[in-house]
Amino acid sequence: MKTPVIEFVDFTFQYHAQSRPTLHKINLTINEGEKVLIVGPSGSGKSTLAHCMNGLIPFFYTGEMSGSMKIKGKELKDQSIAGLSDTVGTVLQDPDGQFVGLTVAEDMVFKLENDAVPQAEMSDRLAAAARRVDIERYLESSPHALSGGQKQKTTLGGVLVNDVGILLFDEPLASLDPYTGNRTIELIDRIHQETGKTVVIIEHRLEEVLHRSVDRIIVVRDGQVAADLTAADLLSSNILVETGIREPLYLTALKYAGCSITPEMHPEHVDTIRLGSCIPRLQEWYKSLDNSPEQPDYPAVLELRDISFGYEKNKPILHQISLRIGQGEIVCIAGRNGAGKSTISKLICGFYRPSAGTILLNGRDIRSDSIKERADRIGFVMQNPNHMLSKTLIYDEVALGLKLRGVPEEVIRERVHEVLKVCGLYAFRSWPVSALSYGQKKRVTIASILVLSPEIIILDEPTAGQDYRHYNEMMEFLVTLNRQGITIVLITHDMHLMLEYAQRTIVLSEGIKIADDSPVRILSNSEVVEAAHLKMTSVHDLALRAGVDQPEEFVSRFIAYDRGIRGQ
Amino acid sequence: MAQTQHNQLSIKTIVAIGIGAALFVILGRFGSIPSGIPDTNIETTYALLALFALLYGPYAGLLIGLIGHTLKDAIFYGSPWFSWVIASGLVGLIIGLIAGRIKIHEGEFGAKEIIKFNLAQVIANIVAWFLVAPALDILIYAEPVNKVFAQGLVAGISNIVTVAVIGTLLAIAYSKTRTRRGSLTHEA
Amino acid sequence: MNTRMLTYTKLDSPVHRLTGFTKLVFFIIWSVTAMITYDTRCLLAMLLIGLAAFRLSKVPFRDYSFVLYLILFFFALNHLAIFIFSPLEGVRIYGTQHDIFHIAGRYTVTWEQLFYQLNIALKYTAVIPMALLFLLTTDPSEFAASLSKVGVNYRIAYSVSIALRYIPDIQRDYQNISFSAQARGLDISRKEKLPRRIKNMISILMPLILTSVERIEKISAAMELRGFGHKPSRTWYKSRPFNMLDYAALLLIVVIGVVTAMVTFYDGSRFYNPFG
Repeated sequence: MKTPVIEFVDFTFQYHAQSRPTLHKINLTINEGEKVLIVGPSGSGKSTLAHCMNGLIPFFYTGEMSGSMKIKGKELKDQSIAGLSDTVGTVLQDPDGQFVGLTVAEDMVFKLENDAVPQAEMSDRLAAAARRVDIERYLESSPHALSGGQKQKTTLGGVLVNDVGILLFDEPLASLDPYTGNRTIELIDRIHQETGKTVVIIEHRLEEVLHRSVDRIIVVRDGQVAADLTAADLLSSNILVETGIREPLYLTALKYAGCSITPEMHPEHVDTIRLGSCIPRLQEWYKSLDNSPEQPDYPAVLELRDISFGYEKNKPILHQISLRIGQGEIVCIAGRNGAGKSTISKLICGFYRPSAGTILLNGRDIRSDSIKERADRIGFVMQNPNHMLSKTLIYDEVALGLKLRGVPEEVIRERVHEVLKVCGLYAFRSWPVSALSYGQKKRVTIASILVLSPEIIILDEPTAGQDYRHYNEMMEFLVTLNRQGITIVLITHDMHLMLEYAQRTIVLSEGIKIADDSPVRILSNSEVVEAAHLKMTSVHDLALRAGVDQPEEFVSRFIAYDRGIRGQ
Repeated sequence: MAQTQHNQLSIKTIVAIGIGAALFVILGRFGSIPSGIPDTNIETTYALLALFALLYGPYAGLLIGLIGHTLKDAIFYGSPWFSWVIASGLVGLIIGLIAGRIKIHEGEFGAKEIIKFNLAQVIANIVAWFLVAPALDILIYAEPVNKVFAQGLVAGISNIVTVAVIGTLLAIAYSKTRTRRGSLTHEA
Repeated sequence: MNTRMLTYTKLDSPVHRLTGFTKLVFFIIWSVTAMITYDTRCLLAMLLIGLAAFRLSKVPFRDYSFVLYLILFFFALNHLAIFIFSPLEGVRIYGTQHDIFHIAGRYTVTWEQLFYQLNIALKYTAVIPMALLFLLTTDPSEFAASLSKVGVNYRIAYSVSIALRYIPDIQRDYQNISFSAQARGLDISRKEKLPRRIKNMISILMPLILTSVERIEKISAAMELRGFGHKPSRTWYKSRPFNMLDYAALLLIVVIGVVTAMVTFYDGSRFYNPFG
């Protein structure tokens, strides 16, 4: 008989500030030792559900509760956050917010220090946890010297020093590159197997989590449990599509080829799915599609020649980088953390000056142009919209750049309204910025750059932290801008984004350009994929398994077909 | 929405002190803007201190002033100037005591609150810069009386003006970010 | 904005080996002593001890040289101000007047003024080596533990640790925000008129404050989840045990404090008067 450790019975929760419940009549049981994945689009209530499991609700975020929610048989409302922290260990999605220690070691023992555990015992438990998450070599490192993956390992280690029974991961993949994401999923799986702890993962990136198997998947939609199934059953159903969760790409490809997915095929993983009669179908479908079109040659709008740079002397970040961005192109710049991706955009915008090399805009050296002058031609959208938003009202925010350039008021109004319409924000124009969702804020920052009519827009991780629907909306929006003639440069490690939207990807590794090619070819080159911490797409694997002669071409045709369908 | 209680030393107050002190350091070093009067800068860090005292209460105000100023002096200038460190702490404390009960988290910051906030900051700056800082300078460093009072006067007036303008505008802007979604409708 | 900061570097020296607690107590008593006394002999002795401790610490000159120039600059400015505001302060304190030369109006250079300003200079220079030394040789991780040991509430001690942890993050935020502001045309230099400059500064401060408030929420939630503050006391991973050196250092500072106080107040005045 399985012992339930988390039990929701007719559980309803409403935040004090909200007009309707975020969770509505939730019935859900999670048993000891299970590994459960909870998926749902943003705003579905999945994070709220997680907050109930660790006590942030109702003790940190207040609201009205009804029904019952028990952890290890004890009612939630009779417990405290500190008390629950001995039972449930949480790994939050923002590693910088959770990493409070000055070094890895201090952060990992934080919970033990708070429990007043003696120093000697602390050291032993630290050593064991550090070994388990494989961070032993970095114990004395400060958070600023660590990669996203190492910070996450630290956070996980900080949970494991304490013998909790339940591990809760709140969007563990949100800030990781695909390669590190895979390693994280493997690490979670290993710990689950070694310790037998109950594992709950909240994520919307389904395909990445399914890299290792889970016992059950719970789909949350509009504050309710829409499904509670095994992975095989869920993937064979239509629920994901209805809910707005991206299904694994290889399944989309199989469906396009006319195969229906059944639990018996074991569709959880591309390497183990039973393809059987699907193989000829895939091949037929492949042949029925047109060749992917050759990329046209774009005239250069922005060119970097032999650019070198370092923030400190003798510590170069970029070595003689040369690259070319074509007029009207969508180009991705990829590479792992610290490869120099963001630095390049800062040099282009003039925030820093290269120590050697030239930057040409339409063939003209822009060395002597100020930051402001460059901004008239090249817009830069930061990853975090909150770093760019300085006005209370949306209209004022978008108008700011024009006002500062002394444009007459009537012209400003006309331009701003026009841009707000393009960005789908016109109806919100007199709203305060603070009332917008994250994705909408991001749009406001793009609008505030767009209003200056730049020729090029550089976006740093434009889709980070957004679910499938918002990802789609954002990217289709950028494509509309691109069709109007704006060149778009994306700094990203999102492979879907690269494959689906970019004509070209430039890969940096340790300050050197190591590849400059079509995304499909880049993602088929295992050396480059590894150096940039990317991952091959599962469609490529599917093509290999189906014995398609040119897997790259298969991926290209699939992407083109998929874009056609989704663009409708 | 998070709880908005700031009882003495809740975790949120502790974190606000830490982050507030870090902000004090960064703005104290990089956030001065030339005022137009020679050798007098607009120290935006005091606008921040006033705002955080308003947001997180007297304890936070006091400790952000003390810790922030000590760290700023220590990290960038090698040695803290204690008389002014204590004065900064006092500014935060007094503003927090008088204005800390304004419900700015609920978007409440109208004419009445603006007056109260400014009354608080004027009192705080007068006590800190016209009285306490010069008195400590004389007591600790035996500096000439007229010099330290002249310095205190300049610092006090410039901080009063800074908080009155920048602090008030920041507080108004902050309170506006706290309006509720329910009141909003789309426009055609 | 690549401003250099004073930072701790791990080295092996007797000063580094002292616990943070010892160094903190040493520094506090030292500063208070230097604040109280105006006795030239005591200040000179303290300066010499300070310099000797510096030598002992093996901290390379380049780790702090940049601060010395800053200190020197403020030093010069302050001394000029003292003379301009009160050219006969020394005469008032020591009760005699030995002129050296006359400048103009009320400005006369006297031996008393020179000696008075020498004492002020000594008061600062006696503290500076210790302050620098404390910063350069104390592991920031150990600092919060030391504060707590001295008797500061551990919650407040931890907020110091949070400040040290997030200063680089906030500096990066500030940099990003001011970059994007500059790109949109927000200028806070003298090129803009004052009202505009202030408005532009607010446009930079606002996002910084809002992201910081959000950061406070996130960190608080994370600390709640890890059981911070639910016990009356906590342990510190980085706190170190006392050794002989610590006892010796503490004894030394107590002796320095007592001797200085005795010498200073022996004749009923804080000032050592060579003129009378």
